[in-house]
Amino acid sequence: MKTFPVLIGFFKDGLSSVTHGRLAYHLWMAALTFVMLFGVYAYSVQLNEGLVVTGMSDRVSWGLYISNFTFLVGVAAAAVMLVLPAYILKDFDFSRAVLIGEGLAVAALIMCLAFVTVDLGGPARAWHLIPIIGVFNWPSSMLAWDVIVLNGYLFLNLTIPFYILFAHYRGKEPNKNVYLPGIVLSVFWAVAIHLVTAFLYAGLPSRPFWNSSLLGPRFLASAFAAGPALIIITLGVIRKFTDYWVEDVTIGKIAMVVTVAAQINLVMLGSEIFKEFYAPTHHSQSAVYLFFGLDGHTGLIPWIWTAIIMNVVATAVLTIHRLRKNLSLLYIACGTLFIAIWIEKGMGLIIPGFIPGPWGKVVEYTPTWVELGVTAGIWAMGLFIFTMLVKIAIPIEMGRVRYREK
Amino acid sequence: MKERVEEMLAENILKVDLEDAGASTGFESEGNLLSVLMWSRFNGDENPKPSCPLPSRDVPSPPPTVADQEMKRQVDRRSAMKSIAAGLFAGFGLMQTACNPLADDEKSEISRLNWEEYFKGNFRLMSEEEKAATVRRIERRYQLQNKNTIKVSTAAAQPGVLYGYAFNISKCRGYMDCVRGCIKENNQDRKSGMQYIRIHEHKKGQINFEHAQDDFFHEVPVEGHFYIGTQCFQCENPPCVDVCPVQATWKETDGIVVVDYDWCIGCRYCEAACPYDARRFNWHDPVVPKEEVNHNQHYLGNRLRKKGVMEKCTFCIQRSRQGKNPACVEACPTGARIFGNLLDPDSEIRWILKNKKVFRLKEDLGTEPKFWYFMD
Repeated sequence: MKTFPVLIGFFKDGLSSVTHGRLAYHLWMAALTFVMLFGVYAYSVQLNEGLVVTGMSDRVSWGLYISNFTFLVGVAAAAVMLVLPAYILKDFDFSRAVLIGEGLAVAALIMCLAFVTVDLGGPARAWHLIPIIGVFNWPSSMLAWDVIVLNGYLFLNLTIPFYILFAHYRGKEPNKNVYLPGIVLSVFWAVAIHLVTAFLYAGLPSRPFWNSSLLGPRFLASAFAAGPALIIITLGVIRKFTDYWVEDVTIGKIAMVVTVAAQINLVMLGSEIFKEFYAPTHHSQSAVYLFFGLDGHTGLIPWIWTAIIMNVVATAVLTIHRLRKNLSLLYIACGTLFIAIWIEKGMGLIIPGFIPGPWGKVVEYTPTWVELGVTAGIWAMGLFIFTMLVKIAIPIEMGRVRYREK
Repeated sequence: MKERVEEMLAENILKVDLEDAGASTGFESEGNLLSVLMWSRFNGDENPKPSCPLPSRDVPSPPPTVADQEMKRQVDRRSAMKSIAAGLFAGFGLMQTACNPLADDEKSEISRLNWEEYFKGNFRLMSEEEKAATVRRIERRYQLQNKNTIKVSTAAAQPGVLYGYAFNISKCRGYMDCVRGCIKENNQDRKSGMQYIRIHEHKKGQINFEHAQDDFFHEVPVEGHFYIGTQCFQCENPPCVDVCPVQATWKETDGIVVVDYDWCIGCRYCEAACPYDARRFNWHDPVVPKEEVNHNQHYLGNRLRKKGVMEKCTFCIQRSRQGKNPACVEACPTGARIFGNLLDPDSEIRWILKNKKVFRLKEDLGTEPKFWYFMD
């Protein structure tokens, strides 16, 4: 069996998998395409006019894009929570969920890169970032580190599942000696991507709200809550719409991961709130603005309190065994937690870092329709990619699609 | 009072649209008037109008012919990139011609210049020939687009020079002539009213920037208040430089932190890293009325920027490297601003550092600003 024709067969069958499906599937993809097209339109406006069409300014110079980027790095990192037991601890139960997790990581990473790109003032000059032909400020700039770890992680999460799927497609068992080192590496790498992303902010003494040693660990905790929470919801959807069955036990185990991470996240939140408010200094001004408003500026109060209430309620539901074991309640709790952490990491972390400014000036930030459009477009793109990956992977994993020599 | 302002408007002292500027820049007509009066008092026989230096050459040099440019074109740098550029250019040129039958020689020359500019490298890594080539392209492009000449310098830092700045809090009265001088000198965007300098109005009794105003719209000086100006402090240990992912910003040997506007990708990480609110971003295409463009430019200083890139105060690199004071120092009617070479023991700045009780802002961050404050 020569590799090349099999490869062509793999992509041909993949293409046929993604282009065939029931009506609901086509409607879903059409809706995503529509949102993506709207995103493209919004982005074209931004390219034409410049970033002036966003809500950002010299006072609040990062907004919704970088917020989403930060959150999605966490989602991508969380795939490791499934990879670890499935491949290394030989927990067969998990291995069905793990391909889904890796697919999610790929989609999340592509969204991350897209969010960073749309945030650039000169996306046409992005080639300056490519080592050798550009000038790469490594190891000094944390953003240069982030480019390396994100692309490396994307490479790992593309190649490992591809190798396994391709082996199954050929009707073979994948060789452990080939993929296991990659998996061990990706476990460390996942922690690295989120720590590096946290260091991007924590390394700035100019922004006391971010300049905290707790930021990295807190990023990890919230990521390991939000990421697997999304995986649980996804598995629920896949169980409902496909014949790819994942046992309740597996979902229960992932729910346990979500629960513990959400609890740790709440402890850290409490610790931060204590530090900011027990003996407030002028470094606590951002937290004051975030939670209670400053000088009559109250823009983030509804966001953060919504997030905290959702966070506490979801964690409480997850913590009580009886409630967590109820699947429909579990899905709702996971969705609530996911949204809560999205707010907390975005509007609740990136924006207040800039408010008040270095000289104490309070200028608020509200995303514009262009930012909302581009953001929706990128999320639709992520879902689109993820759906395609799942659509390719499931028939192969179920043994329905195999290479046939003509 | 109003009539006097209108008079000044007629004299083009206030070129910026007052309504526009009033809304976004904090210019106040009466404050401006006062400051003009102050200007004449402090500068005696000198020209009472704060004006931009004249362009050093007004006569356009004969434009190099297309053939000339072609012959002198640099071909040795990064040959791989170059051939890509050439290939893309050829394709782009063809497309242009095909899509636009009216395109004349000038248009195609501009698009060729744009393409060559797009593929050039980081200024710091350029050879002298490459620097000369890009300057030639920038000057030529301006000439083609505006039928006027600019002079772009690439003058390097002089050995034995390290610039420093001192600000006399006792003397500043918040007139903002420095801000206006800066805007004119540095070709700053008039549409958004971009300013490198912020003047903070403090209530007497405390120096607390959180309680100070930096966008006031009233007559100055206000009773019971004092004024402190901030701008880029040209830190010896600049956090903005460390974070830039592409080394588009760096500290020159004379201590000035500069930005390569053509290398910057616009990620704004430096803006987040600066503890002094010193960096500005071009959120849209910057607008400088043609007749107000300062033609005496520096590659790392006041040359015209584009949308999507960072910029900042460079102690007027195009002036300071010619041995002149920055525009803000020149414009200040009260003598609150002192600029000079820290390595020259006889300079005024050294005298101040030695004889005054100076301090710097946010010293706890370890950025080592080269910008000191003192009081009489």
